[in-house]
Amino acid sequence: MIVVGLGHYLTVAALLFTLGIFGIFLNRKNIIIILMSIELMLLAVNINLVAFSTVLGDLVGQIFAMIVLTVAAAEAAIGLAILVVYFRNRGSIAVEDVNLMKG
Amino acid sequence: MIVATIAFYVFAAIAVAAAFMVIAARNPVHSVLFLILVFFNASGLFVLMGAEFLAMILVIVYVGAVAVLFLFVVMMLDIDFAELREGFLQYMPFGALIGVILLLELMLVLGVWAVAPQAASVAAAPAPALTDVTNTEAIGRILYTEYVYFFQAAGMILLVAMIGAIVLTLRHKQGVKRQVIADQVARTRAGAVELKDVKTGQGI
Repeated sequence: MIVVGLGHYLTVAALLFTLGIFGIFLNRKNIIIILMSIELMLLAVNINLVAFSTVLGDLVGQIFAMIVLTVAAAEAAIGLAILVVYFRNRGSIAVEDVNLMKG
Repeated sequence: MIVATIAFYVFAAIAVAAAFMVIAARNPVHSVLFLILVFFNASGLFVLMGAEFLAMILVIVYVGAVAVLFLFVVMMLDIDFAELREGFLQYMPFGALIGVILLLELMLVLGVWAVAPQAASVAAAPAPALTDVTNTEAIGRILYTEYVYFFQAAGMILLVAMIGAIVLTLRHKQGVKRQVIADQVARTRAGAVELKDVKTGQGI
């Protein structure tokens, strides 16, 4: 029986992170899915931090994971607020013409 | 031990599968629901690792707040999602290439990786044994003492995010009567009351 160690958790985190990157490329037009992909990547980072924290017996990793969680929540709130304002102004959330303001 | 191993594989498999469904689902509402599933399984992984407090925080903050926020926005905005999926397959090869390269790199790192022997001795905040104090108590002991500035900075970030979200989405509709307290307080007797001298037997 294989004992579940640090490598297993890091593998899961790597898979989740890759899926997050993949999601950003796959859903180039749908910014809601892009935001969800970013959440997935932050979750993968959190899993890494907590895995190292428990294996090395250092609680700072969990403190750091909590700060990452805070930033993720703030980012989601601001991102969705911007999205709502954008939708009100333009009637769609197609992010391909977001660069209209470019000079 | 075997229960923990089986639980790990179940949680990990469901988390990865649900994460794939997040990015592949046709309907964004389903994406959000799969995201919630990912968070639940990740918190299961956290419990297996011994970080109960973060696991519960993950459920409360991510599932209770962030995912519901996503759900609100997806359902509130009237969006034609079929149109947004155009070009889904067009980006597929490039995205798959990037993803596979990144995954290979990460796996290469995992293959040759090793913990430095002195790593445990340089721990900034050595975790006490779980038999002495619980995980939550151990985190609380250092979070409110050594890392109190980080804690307050996190609170400030949340405050700024809250104010920012409100300022961005709040809009004042024209033609809606609102109560203006200052105007009410500033009223004087002279401006509000007019005395008429009414003669007896006559109207005004």
